[in-house]
Amino acid sequence: MSSSAPVVSVRGLVKRYGRTTAVDGLDLALDAGQVLALLGPNGAGKTTTVEVCEGFVTADAGEVRVLGTDPAGAPDALRARIGVMPQGGGAYPGVRAAEMLRLVAACSAHPLDVGWLTSVLGLDSCARTPYKRLSGGQQQRLALACAVVGRPELVFLDEPTAGMDPQGRRLVWELIGALRRDGVAVLLTTHLMEEAEELADLVVIVDHGQVVAQGSPVALTATTEQQELRFRARPGMDVAGLAAALPTGYGADEPIAGRYVVRGRIDPVVLSTITGWCAAQGALADDVQVARRSLEDVFLELTGRELRS
Amino acid sequence: MTAPRPTAGRTFPPGTFSPRPGGGSPGRMLAAQAATEVRLALRNGEQVLLTLLIPVVLMVGLATLELVPLPEPRIAAVAPGVLALAVMSTAFTGQAIALGFDRRYGVVRRLAATALPRWLLVAGRLVAVLGVVALQMVLLGALAAGLGWRPEPAGLGWALLLVVLGCAAFGALGILLGGTRGAARGRAVATWAGVRLRGGGGIAIPLDRLPEPLAAVGAVLPSGALAEGLRDTLTTGDPPGAGPVLVLLGWTVAAAAIAVRAVRLR
Repeated sequence: MSSSAPVVSVRGLVKRYGRTTAVDGLDLALDAGQVLALLGPNGAGKTTTVEVCEGFVTADAGEVRVLGTDPAGAPDALRARIGVMPQGGGAYPGVRAAEMLRLVAACSAHPLDVGWLTSVLGLDSCARTPYKRLSGGQQQRLALACAVVGRPELVFLDEPTAGMDPQGRRLVWELIGALRRDGVAVLLTTHLMEEAEELADLVVIVDHGQVVAQGSPVALTATTEQQELRFRARPGMDVAGLAAALPTGYGADEPIAGRYVVRGRIDPVVLSTITGWCAAQGALADDVQVARRSLEDVFLELTGRELRS
Repeated sequence: MTAPRPTAGRTFPPGTFSPRPGGGSPGRMLAAQAATEVRLALRNGEQVLLTLLIPVVLMVGLATLELVPLPEPRIAAVAPGVLALAVMSTAFTGQAIALGFDRRYGVVRRLAATALPRWLLVAGRLVAVLGVVALQMVLLGALAAGLGWRPEPAGLGWALLLVVLGCAAFGALGILLGGTRGAARGRAVATWAGVRLRGGGGIAIPLDRLPEPLAAVGAVLPSGALAEGLRDTLTTGDPPGAGPVLVLLGWTVAAAAIAVRAVRLR
């Protein structure tokens, strides 16, 4: 595989289950050492796409290349090079956490130290607990350990932080950051905006099995001119006068007494105009906040749908 | 143009995850999976009840209590039947139940996602079954010997062959059942079928002690074939007849052929 070819390349992927079209002409490309987040609501086709890339599901149409091979054609050779965290994990119901990790480690040639990984992922206290008695977060952390223990060059993480507490989520984010730093490509699915914004080099927003937008989190959230600035000041100031002081197209409002909103593209000149105008009214603009669009806003604009967890 | 990232240096020193991929050696993968499954079987109370306690109780009970009319020494008729029951409990009932729950908990998919090839996934289960059966044969054989059983030494090698064939036939049936049904339903069917095969299949009672139509049915069931084959060869030392061997092979081929098409990973 040449270094310039993408690690994962999907073109025109279609997968149907009966009458339901789970994936409908999806394209994506992941380069080495990058983190790609497939973001979308439940039923958007994220898991199906990942399972096609892992060789568990065969595509009805389209071309899929993972590490230069067709995953459906030679899954065994491919799986020696990738790490997989299936949605909801997976283990023998009665197996102890550390025992399961040792088994998965035995399936790779140069595994990470199982004892270290168990301890760093906070699984020491439940290392001897049967899998079915682990909490959801513990099962998730074990599944993540199983995905990375074989030192893969590409990792698929299907909803890696589902069911985790905030500390667990932070730890997983830290681990994904370390994977990226060490040159491991990561394809993850999530319906958490915050997760995609925090981790991904590239966000691919999917809905109804199709890509509705893609780009870096910054590019996706900065594509609009529509921004807003909020501040607090003495109630009852003349908002029409404020709007008049700003360039045309800007709006100003006082939705709640003492709380003001200015809509339009916020740049340093606009900001200084606002604070200057307040000063001229004998008021101090306090608690000034510029709100950038979130991925959630982007998603709502593109699909008109709320993300559900 | 990248988003701010959490600092990863302290918990995960640089280079921790530097890729070094590759699959484990087949021998090591097979040993790890089979050893894990044997440990799980021996740790599971329901499985131990099925594979060891019930056969022990039957062996002692049938050999010492005159509940069923049997020729003396009673243990000579009882021991082979109980050994056949032990094989069936592990390879059929045990596998059907375990695989059903393993699928529900996603372990088959989990292991398939590693470098473990599909054939090793099946081989690991079979080696684990053989391991548990070997343990059963040693413990139950010793118990039977303690109860006065003196099998014909020349028949021991043939008996081993029959046990392996029995594992194949029952194992294929167990995988077919556990791999195609929901876990709870699979367990119900496996338990029911186990009781049927035990009662009507010549395990507890030799086929020649059963009324003719039942005996005929018993002879073509894998349980009857295994029990009768073991009884013959361990009593006479002669090779088993073609009948039991062909019945066991037939069940193996038929169940495996359907299982290859019908078994689902989850």
